[in-house]
This record gives sequence, C-alpha cells and structure tokens, in this order.
Amino acid sequence: HTHLTPPPPGEGLKITFIDKDSTHHTFSVCEGDNLLDIAQEYDMEMEGACGGSAACSTCHVIVEDEGMYEKMEEPSDDENDMLDLAFGLTETSRLGCQVKMTKELDGLVVRLPSMTRNLQSSDFSQKK
Amino acid sequence: MSLISRRLYSSGRTRGLRLAVIGAGPAGFYTAYRVMSRLLDARVDMYESLPVPYGLVRYGVAPDHPEVKNCQDKFDEVAQSPAFTYIGNTPIGTSWPHPPNRSLPVTAIAPHYDALLLSYGASKDRLLNIPGEDTLSGVYSARAFVGWYNGLPEYRWLKPLLDAEDVAIIGQGNVALDVARILLSSVDELRKTDITDYAIEALSKSKVKRVRVVGRRGPLQAAFTAKEVREQLALPDVGFHPIPPSLYPEDISTLKRQPKRILQILQKGSATPLAEASRSWELNFLRSPTEFIPDGSLSRIGSINFEKNALEEPRFAPESAARGTGEYEELPAQAVFRSIGYLSESIPGLDELDIPFNARRGLVPNHNGRVLHFSSGSEEHTVIPGMYTSGWVKRGPTGVIASTMMDAFETADAIVEDWTSGQAFMSKGGEGDKGGWDAVRGEVKSRGIRPVNWEEWKKIDAAERERGKMLGKEREKFSQTEDMLAVLE
Ligand SMILES: Cc1cc2nc3c(=O)[nH]c(=O)nc-3n(C[C@H](O)[C@H](O)[C@H](O)COP(=O)(O)OP(=O)(O)OC[C@H]3O[C@@H](n4cnc5c(N)ncnc54)[C@H](O)[C@@H]3O)c2cc1C
Ligand code: FES
Repeated sequence: HTHLTPPPPGEGLKITFIDKDSTHHTFSVCEGDNLLDIAQEYDMEMEGACGGSAACSTCHVIVEDEGMYEKMEEPSDDENDMLDLAFGLTETSRLGCQVKMTKELDGLVVRLPSMTRNLQSSDFSQKK
Repeated sequence: MSLISRRLYSSGRTRGLRLAVIGAGPAGFYTAYRVMSRLLDARVDMYESLPVPYGLVRYGVAPDHPEVKNCQDKFDEVAQSPAFTYIGNTPIGTSWPHPPNRSLPVTAIAPHYDALLLSYGASKDRLLNIPGEDTLSGVYSARAFVGWYNGLPEYRWLKPLLDAEDVAIIGQGNVALDVARILLSSVDELRKTDITDYAIEALSKSKVKRVRVVGRRGPLQAAFTAKEVREQLALPDVGFHPIPPSLYPEDISTLKRQPKRILQILQKGSATPLAEASRSWELNFLRSPTEFIPDGSLSRIGSINFEKNALEEPRFAPESAARGTGEYEELPAQAVFRSIGYLSESIPGLDELDIPFNARRGLVPNHNGRVLHFSSGSEEHTVIPGMYTSGWVKRGPTGVIASTMMDAFETADAIVEDWTSGQAFMSKGGEGDKGGWDAVRGEVKSRGIRPVNWEEWKKIDAAERERGKMLGKEREKFSQTEDMLAVLE
C-alpha cells in the first residue's frame, strides 16, 4: 500500500481512530491523505480489501461527530452502494478510502466498527 | 497491515500450531492471514484442487470488476511468508479433475496436523427440480456459464447456445445480474478485461436481444444490490422494461436505506431509453418456473412455464413469502440460466473422520467456525477438536468477499483462542511433532499427484500475463490444467 510522508512539524492535521477496544489512537497527517492509507500506515485494524477502489466496504468507519460528517463532501453513488453492504451501518458511516483529510477535518475522530459480526445462531442451531 | 502483529499471545505450548487449509479461496487466505499474524510460530499448509489459487475471486467475480480482485494482493502477501506453503493441483478427498487415484484422502493429511480448516467453498449448484432441466439443451447453471467465461477448466467446453434472442435467468441475485450484464455488454468493452478469448469469440456471435431476470418474489425481496443494478442500467444501447408500480409501495421514502436506494435506481430506468435500444432486459417478479418446454426440435428449450405468485402480507416486508396462485404464464426462451445459488458438498472421506455435513443447508455445522458434531436425534452437540471451517462452506454460499473475510477472522480468532487456552486439538497421530507438508509430500508423489507450489503458480501467472499482453488485456487465462502445467515443464 501507499506509504505516507509524515507532515512537517507543526503543520499536521490531527486524526483519531477509536479501535474496537475503545482505545484512541491520534496521528498527525498531511492534507490529502485518505483514511485507509492512514489506518494502514499506522497498523490500525482496517483491511482495505479492494485497495481503495470503493468496491469492498472493508474500510468502513463511523464518524463520531455529526458536525464533522456534514463538513465532508457527500459520498458518491459508488460509495453509497458499498456502504449499503457494510456491517453496522450508521447515519455517519463512510468508506475510509474515499475520505481525504482537509484543513476543515482537522481533529476528526472516527470509530472502527467491530470486524467480527455476531453470528446468527441459525448457523449452528440447525441439526444435521 | 503486515504479518507482524502487535499482539503476541503466549501459547504455553512447546511448538507452533500446524494448520492444514483445504481450499485457496478468500476464506482460506483470510483465515491463514489472521492465524499467522496472531500466532507467530504457526505454520500453515494450503491445499488446493486446481493448480491456481484464489477460488471464486478468479472463477466467480466478473471480469469487468477487476477492482474486486485487488484482495489478491493480500493473499500474495500471505503466501510470501516462510511460514506458509501452497500446495496446488492437490485435491483433498475429491477426484475431479484428476483420475480417481490422483487425489488425497483427508485421512492422509489429518494425522500430520493439529488442525484442519475446511474452506473449500461451494462447487455445486442448486437445482430447480422441474421437467426439462436436465434433458433439454440450452439450459445452463449460472455457475457453469460464469465458470466458462472466466476460464474454469471444468466448463471449458460448455459452448453455451447464444443464438437465442430471448434469454431467461432464473433468480435475482448478483450472480444473475453478472450473467445478464455479460450477455448484454458490448464485446469491445469486455475484450479489454481478463474474460477468456473463447468467450469473447462466442459472445461476439451472440443473438441475444431480450434478457428476463425472473424472481419468485417482489422487488423488495430481491437479493441483488445497488451497484449491480446501477451497472446494468448504465449499459450502452440496452433498455430496461419498467417495473409495474403496483409492485412497490406508493411512498418509497419511508423504506429502509438499501431497498429505497435500489428502487430509486430502478425507477430512473436505463440510461438508453427502451425505444432507442437495440437490446433490453427486465426484472420479472412473482414467477416460479414449473417446466422448461422444448421447441419444435423437441431437444432444445423453447419456452418456460411459470406459475404466478402472490406475496403474503405484509407484502413489502423483506421476509414476505411467495405463494402460488394456480395461474400460469408461458414466456419464450431459447436459452435459460439457472441462478438460484451455489451449493457446498461434503468432501468424500470427511465422514471417516466423523466430520458432519448439513446436506440440506449445504454447510458444515459449526459455532463461530468450530465444527460441531450433533448426537443423532438430539440438540446436543460437541465441538470436534482441531476441526474448523470458514467461508461459503461455513455459512452457506452467500455473501461478498467482505463478509467472507469477516467470518474467516471469526474462525481464526476461535483457532487462536483454542490454541492459546490449551484446548484439545486433533489427537490422531499422537501429541508429538506434526510433520505437516514434509510428512505428506511422499504420499502425494506416490499417488501420481504433481503438486504446484507458489513460485510455480507465479510462473503460470506470468505466462498468462504474457499471453494477455499480446491481446491488449491484463491476462489471458489458461483454461485447461494441462496447459497450466505445461508452463512448468
Ligand atoms: C459469480 C460470482 C460473482 C461474485 N462477485 C463478487 C463481487 O463482485 N464482489 C464480492 O465481494 N464478492 C463476489 N462474489 C462472492 C465471493 O466470490 C465469495 O464471497 C468468496 O469467494 C467465498 O470464498 P470461499 O473461500 O468460501 O470460497 P471459494 O472462493 O469458492 O474458494 C474455495 C476454494 O477451494 C477449492 N476447493 C474446493 N474443493 C476442494 C478440495 N476438495 N480440495 C482442495 N481444494 C478445494 C476451490 O477450487 C476454491 O479455490 C461472487 C461470487 C460469485 C459466485
Ligand atoms: S478499501 Fe475497499 S471500499 Fe475502501
């Protein structure tokens, strides 16, 4: 995956990922970096199976603050189509690979949805 | 993410886990990836029937969706690990495409591992069980057709009859729309993808004019997703026959996000107006096929008889069931594609290890990936030590790569948890060292199996890309195993 250049000291934008254990991880990144690349650079648990092509939904993030969500460019049709399939979809869900950091998004906080879904009991309650 | 994990469990065991994976699709790779990044001393051997890896990413995913196949990069990363061994061209339990003696019984590998992962996907398909289905020409499973255009050796010689003007696809999932899209796409667009050359040749002579995608229930119960519907409506020179408004609620704004978006896309209709299009497609709802009827030749399909259905109330609910009305309708079709689902089977020999299979649901009974044994006639079940499953054979043949990945992670977490917490693993062969592939290798050779390792797959891969270059595409697949193996001679 793409390797990110860290921002010059004092010029970075702040972004925080909350992982599934509720731990906060804050990084200083450059304008234009997308959330998938950031997450992978810093070993956050985000798969990015389609390599950032809006074709898989494994880079799903939940924007914590509605105000921040509103500041983002609207998701494209392609992004919305994939979000439809994301587990634990919320009103402020986005695909990490489609969101680029801007000055306006400085201080953004996103949550990583738990990767393991709760298995429907039907998978094993049936007898053979 | 790298294979070096941030979290290391102490296993309290004297040596690393030895895991055998059966099937080199996304389920096998994602499980291996997660296990290897959690248990740094684990060693994984992956057995695959075909010389080539990736399962349905190679042989299912449509050629015009190359971005979906990017997950292969991760699989390659996993395969680069020294703790991982790929053993292609080595079917476990089954014989196809090899002569019966050229496959490896499960019992020949089991003693050499602590754990087995069943991630062999779904290699059959569901039947309609109606007259004409297995006797008439022009009747195909979507699985066969998809395999054919994607170069799956099993269907190299399918030669689908595409001189049909009216085509029906039975089923309304994404696979059905993949089939419809390939049938209606411009051949010049497809030519640039990694679709096989022989499929291009056949599709360029296709006479297909009208494709009916038929489902038992209504638009709110259909399984297709927005992306596929949108693509289908954007096809150049292809019109869409509108859906009768009586089939959806008057006010769709109150629907849930996904059905609402899909209905909005459908209501907008095709980019090319129907009247100006030279080819068309439609979604036919509330129809169950009851018979495939021969044409004048008596040997080829000419039409399909459908029973009309009604939906139980509330009829706009996603789970509303269809009921036959006793009214029938006949529609023309000189070719039909059955797309009502893939189906997993048990691997011959699994029963000798006492591994159960739920034939009705087509999956291995399991809890979070741990294979379960049910005592006959009761709800009581026990976990079979060291036996795990993931992917389509674990939860049934539905779901995209993202969901396959998630359940692979769930299974991997179960394996890691069991290993680190000191649970029992496979006891056959004692508790001493497990030889893994080194111990199995001899048996493989003596059966006349020619295993294919990862470097060899990379040679096949390079040869395919070379062939593709000459045709102006990413790759031209080898569609017969002999041709794949010939690269290695
Ligand atoms: C037509 C089609 C289109 C699809 N398109 C998309 C898409 O666009 N996007 C998306 O996200 N998902 C798509 N999917 C879904 C995706 O392909 C599946 O979620 C995924 O491949 C399931 O992974 P799996 O590993 O369980 O099974 P598989 O991918 O089927 O892998 C199983 C592997 O096991 C091997 N095997 C079988 N039996 C044996 C044996 N006895 N011994 C050794 N090896 C064996 C097989 O050869 C195969 O390589 C599509 C599926 C289909 C059918
Ligand atoms: S990485 Fe696949 S959708 Fe973002």
